[in-house]
Amino acid sequence: MGVISVSELVKTFGGTRALDGLDLRVEAGEVHGFLGPNGAGKSTTIRILLGLLRHDSGTVRLFDADPWRDAVSLHRRLAYVPGDVNLWPNLSGGEAIDLFGALRGGLDRNRRDALLRRFELDPTKKCRAYSKGNRQKVAIVAALAADVELLVLDEPTSGLDPLMESVFQDEVRRFSRAGGTVLLSSHVLAEVEALCDRVSIIREGRTVESGTLTELRHLTRTSVTVETERPLTGLDRLPGVNPVEVGDHHAHLEVEPQHLAALLSHLLSFGVRALTSTPPTLEELFLRHYGPGPDPAATSTPVGAVAPAGPAGATADRRGDR
Amino acid sequence: MSALTGTGSLTRLVLRRDRVMLGLWLLGLPLLAASLAVSMADIYGGDQERIGYATTATSSLVARVFNGPIHGTSLGAVVATESFLTLAVLTALLSTFAVVRHTRQNEETGRAELLGSSVLGRHALLTAALLVVVGANLLAAVGLAVALVAAGLPVTGSVAAAAAIGAIGVSFTAVAAVTAQLAGTSRGANALAAAALGAAFALRALGDVLGDANPDGIGFTSAWPSWLSPMGWSGQLRPFGDERWWVLLLPAGLLAVAVAVAYRLTDRRDLGAGLLAERRGPAVAATRMLSPVGLAWHLHRGTLLGWVVGIGLVGFAMGVAVDEFDDLIAENAAAAEMINQFGGGDVLVDAYLSAMLAIFALTVGAYVVQALLRARTEETDGILEAVLATSVNRITWLGGHLLTTVLGATGLVLVGGISTGLGEGLATGDPVGRMLALAGAALVRLPALLVLAGVVVLLIGLLPRAAVPLSWAALLLFLLLGQLGTVLDLPQRVLDLSPFTHVPAVPATDVTALPLVVLTTVAAVLVTAGLAGYRRRDLTT
Repeated sequence: MGVISVSELVKTFGGTRALDGLDLRVEAGEVHGFLGPNGAGKSTTIRILLGLLRHDSGTVRLFDADPWRDAVSLHRRLAYVPGDVNLWPNLSGGEAIDLFGALRGGLDRNRRDALLRRFELDPTKKCRAYSKGNRQKVAIVAALAADVELLVLDEPTSGLDPLMESVFQDEVRRFSRAGGTVLLSSHVLAEVEALCDRVSIIREGRTVESGTLTELRHLTRTSVTVETERPLTGLDRLPGVNPVEVGDHHAHLEVEPQHLAALLSHLLSFGVRALTSTPPTLEELFLRHYGPGPDPAATSTPVGAVAPAGPAGATADRRGDR
Repeated sequence: MSALTGTGSLTRLVLRRDRVMLGLWLLGLPLLAASLAVSMADIYGGDQERIGYATTATSSLVARVFNGPIHGTSLGAVVATESFLTLAVLTALLSTFAVVRHTRQNEETGRAELLGSSVLGRHALLTAALLVVVGANLLAAVGLAVALVAAGLPVTGSVAAAAAIGAIGVSFTAVAAVTAQLAGTSRGANALAAAALGAAFALRALGDVLGDANPDGIGFTSAWPSWLSPMGWSGQLRPFGDERWWVLLLPAGLLAVAVAVAYRLTDRRDLGAGLLAERRGPAVAATRMLSPVGLAWHLHRGTLLGWVVGIGLVGFAMGVAVDEFDDLIAENAAAAEMINQFGGGDVLVDAYLSAMLAIFALTVGAYVVQALLRARTEETDGILEAVLATSVNRITWLGGHLLTTVLGATGLVLVGGISTGLGEGLATGDPVGRMLALAGAALVRLPALLVLAGVVVLLIGLLPRAAVPLSWAALLLFLLLGQLGTVLDLPQRVLDLSPFTHVPAVPATDVTALPLVVLTTVAAVLVTAGLAGYRRRDLTT
């Protein structure tokens, strides 16, 4: 049983269908990246998981309980950092942290003080005087100082500077090493790549990809640049290869993972002088789903090549995986 | 690029943002003045009544404190004096809030930063706000003058009375222009300007109390402290008396000086920063605030303290004023005869006291609405989301606000009764007895306030998006039914809509238990329904 298991989740606001059959599964002990463009439904999903919104249909389980009905007891086991942290303007940061801690059922004072030092946050300032980043630090310190099993983080670093971002990543890793589970919604793909074991990518209220980063990388093409002694020919006849830029002695290609071997043996016959191969970044994965074209499946088929069984099979596998 | 570049487009923006508010201001103020003038024409129609009023206004210290000087015995003079405080305070607050809303609040929310990065002079934001608010005050003054003339008052006096009110608006526009530079938050800027208003009131009151009465016993010459106060200047203009128009140069001068000072301050400070440093808070929270109820109390107590002081002072003054009845009866045969027709001095005093307590109850109603709506504001501000993600349940959370509000309202009602009793008791003897009697009489009003609280909780639970306007609308309805219902001769069925209609008018009548039990039951039903709805609904921002 996963910590979070959501399937076929639907939520409508008036006429808008914010969530349209979303699936999400987070296992105990993993750091799960939750990716999607603005308005894809990340925050709505999180609010339903927190029992702040009711869902219309589908199933939602958190620690194998109903997040709406059992909200209060479930919330003792988790801490939440909202994307847009708003605090009581006339309370000090320290007061806000202690308050969240107490309302959650207690916090570790030594840990709180250590985190305040690590995040360089002045707890005596009034909340109204904090910048967005500092308000976020208040919520982060309050969440990390709590003794909980699950962290729900909704774009927690959007206001932090790179230095603080790395402190944050350290702390999340420490939490994860101690056995904690994390759901991390983010736009910062580097952060997700650095922290997450598995990711779910959602678009328009649906999950379009879910799996480990390695699994997802298999779904997209590797970028290859090559320089050869003899002029390159015959590239357009190779299956699963998309020539981006081809000159006489050099080429920039994109190739599907299962056709990489065939491409390399083809290239060898031209006398390879230099070759670089880059696995797809998360950013490329992301763009593949949100780039031009309404249907994400269409962009996964290389131009000018016969669609192999690969992507479709992988998609089917992922479905079975859930 | 000059410091004023972009003022024109910003002025249009201010007008666009405030169009509803400005409309209400420019129509509401003259309408209020006209209705006051018409109703006073009714009450003070005869020479005898007006002479009586003018004599009391001169001899009574309470009247001097609250209404300021009177200039003659004409109907205009009575209207100008009697309506002065209401119109002056309203105008001063409207002007202050408008200036702060378009200056400091813009900086606080970061809007000014976005605007400031465009082609905009350093002084454009302040100048646009001042243009609109000074303009609104001038237009409102024109409207006031027209309204007073339409109500049948002479033209010259009407213009002077309207100018006197407009001058207060301009003066506090000037004050707010400076406080918006000093404080780092809009709350702070408003509070500083309100403190200046309090000081202006106190200086004027002091000057008027120390003033020498005229030989004929009608009107007095204010002492010098009045001249230090923008509120005092308005009386010195002598509307409906022998007008001194040059007094209007004083607010104009104040505006010029304030604008110069505010510009200088703008040049010297950073965008978003105030000149007064933000105070620091404790690094660690006190244990007593670490629960929903404790937090609600912590958040409410500052506002509540302000209400306690305000109601306490007014209650005390109203209590002391009871003594005036005896003076009136002693001095004025006609008044004594009128009072006897009502059933004698004691009955009249009781009627006066129960009217005061009824007004206090409605005033505390404003506290109830303001305090309870905090629960809704925390929801729209996004604070509640993080709170409800902790192991606090919704009922405890809203219940904390409700409990704090009800305790606060109980305290305020008691303060109103006790302070009135203290004032009356000190003036007439037996302060302890009167305090106890009026505290009890005041508490009788509490069930009506519980119903009001129930209405607000119901709205928060079932109609969250409309809760703020509808809650205030409910209070306004109860206020209108209470204050104007009988004047407008509305049928009892309509009057019965207000819970305040049903509370026994103690001490003028005896306490009856039934309405209190019914009101409390209604309140409990409303609260239960509201909490049930609150538990079931989505969080809505």
